[in-house]
Amino acid sequence: MMQTTAVVIGAGHAGLAMSRRLTDRSIDHVVLERGEVANSWRTQRWPSLRLLTPNWQTRLPGHPYAGDDPDGFMPAADLAAALTGYARRIGAPVRAATTVHAVRAAPHGYQIQAGDDLLHARAVVAATGACNQPVIPEVAAAVPPPMTTLTPPAYRNPGQLPDGGVLIVGASATGVQLAAEIHRSGRPVTLAAGEHVRLPRTYRGRDIFWWLEATGLLAERYDQIDDLTRARHLPSPQLTGTTPATMTDLNSLIAQGIRIVGRLGRITDGVAQFSGSLANTCALADLKMNRFLTRADEWATASGLNDELPPPHRCAPTHVDPRAPLELDLTSGEITTVLWATGFRPDHSWLDIPVRDRKGRIRHDGGVVTGAPGLYVLGLPVLRTRASTYIHGAAGDTHAVARHLHSYLGAARR
Amino acid sequence: MTITDSPVNNGVNVEALLGAREALSAAPEAADFTWRASCTWRNGTHSRSTVTSFSGLGAEQQHRVTYEFDVDHPECFASEDNGATPVEYVLVGLAGCLTAGVAAVAQMRGIQLRSVTAAIEGQMNVLGILGADPDIRNGFEAVTVRFAIDADASREDLEALIAQSQKRSAVFDVVANPTKILVELA
Repeated sequence: MMQTTAVVIGAGHAGLAMSRRLTDRSIDHVVLERGEVANSWRTQRWPSLRLLTPNWQTRLPGHPYAGDDPDGFMPAADLAAALTGYARRIGAPVRAATTVHAVRAAPHGYQIQAGDDLLHARAVVAATGACNQPVIPEVAAAVPPPMTTLTPPAYRNPGQLPDGGVLIVGASATGVQLAAEIHRSGRPVTLAAGEHVRLPRTYRGRDIFWWLEATGLLAERYDQIDDLTRARHLPSPQLTGTTPATMTDLNSLIAQGIRIVGRLGRITDGVAQFSGSLANTCALADLKMNRFLTRADEWATASGLNDELPPPHRCAPTHVDPRAPLELDLTSGEITTVLWATGFRPDHSWLDIPVRDRKGRIRHDGGVVTGAPGLYVLGLPVLRTRASTYIHGAAGDTHAVARHLHSYLGAARR
Repeated sequence: MTITDSPVNNGVNVEALLGAREALSAAPEAADFTWRASCTWRNGTHSRSTVTSFSGLGAEQQHRVTYEFDVDHPECFASEDNGATPVEYVLVGLAGCLTAGVAAVAQMRGIQLRSVTAAIEGQMNVLGILGADPDIRNGFEAVTVRFAIDADASREDLEALIAQSQKRSAVFDVVANPTKILVELA
């Protein structure tokens, strides 16, 4: 059995950042990767996807953005290339094409079954990502045939869909981006929108992520957030990484001709029923957006930047069509595709250690797994701060987790 | 958020609510409640429902007293009007739920309420229930609730208050979203 001090599972941005931190601390480790570096960015993202965060913010430990388009947004393929370059530069000990089948508790650490090999490590860092599996609601079973149904990891471009209308369920970043792209292809889109997060792409001449960082919102710590459960389950904001900046909030989609309906509730005899709560979910999203913009304005004033920036403004309230249908007959032929943009969940099924809560989620305190000394998790939303949800959050997260892991190794040795 | 120091008093025990949220998250089976009513036909369209017990927190629970509700149709429907119509009880339930939510959320957010009134309307074309037009549904075409709130808060805060009360309202959810219903013979 191969012995190593630490095993990092997953060579995405979080796993590679962790490798860099372990190397900095001279902690012997390997990074196990089922495919190649940035595997999910290569294989599970549609080609037109760009990061929500601007390039200047897409930084990794010891690696600020060095390209010539700081205000642009990286396509998935460019991020994969950047991560590959990063892995090479930091000399990350990546074992590619090595799938981890099981991690079990073992004397003085953990036993890792990876490919055909068994490894022993004193510490294990799970960095396999937050978006491994699409979440599909139970109501999917009631979609009447014949209907093309698919989830974002299987989506490539509108050309793979049959002609006809498309019902997209879910109005997070994924839902609104695919709604805009598919509607442009001539397939009329109906978008079922539940609770969502609305933000303008730019505000007072700056990208919204500049504001989220400058105001300190992204730095808010997990143990200082009032409702952490809610923060960790917030849908991604209705943004698209495009230059020049374009809005993909519901008003923009409506202007494009997309029909917005309420949250999909039930499908009975082939008829989809949508919630009558659309007006309120939109009102809540508008209120929360405006609350953040007010915070941004207050910050600008307090920082003395108010006069340098263009004046404050507010977006028009979301225009909810009072005639938005509550029902849609999926057997009429009008809708030929249902696309589930209903979120993702991590896949930690290989973790054979009882560390989960009743919902199957790993219990952890800022990445330090509860009840399993030496076990860590990275790359989950709001893991340690609100920035944890984004690429650049890995810098702070891996710094803290590596420090904890290092002192754990020291304490275990004594 | 300092709740205990808050001079705001809307008569809502926020600490108990927050405590319940924490305790019930730790013991989710205690959070399973069953609400009940029993209904007895009197005559014609008149019935009387009573509400006395429910289960929750892992035990049977009793209301302080038994509540009675007469349900009937109005005289213009050739009935005796011994009570509110069933759909009006739905409006009563929705208004009561949203108003309780307004008070609780206001307490949580440190907003002192002086008065809260809600005018609630449900629009319905009765050709649906009469079976005279298959394109008209039986239920409400739309429900509108208009809150008048006198409180120490900006209009934006009050808008947030009613938005949040809808988000956390059981009856709002029941009315807005499909619910599985099983009706069978005993």
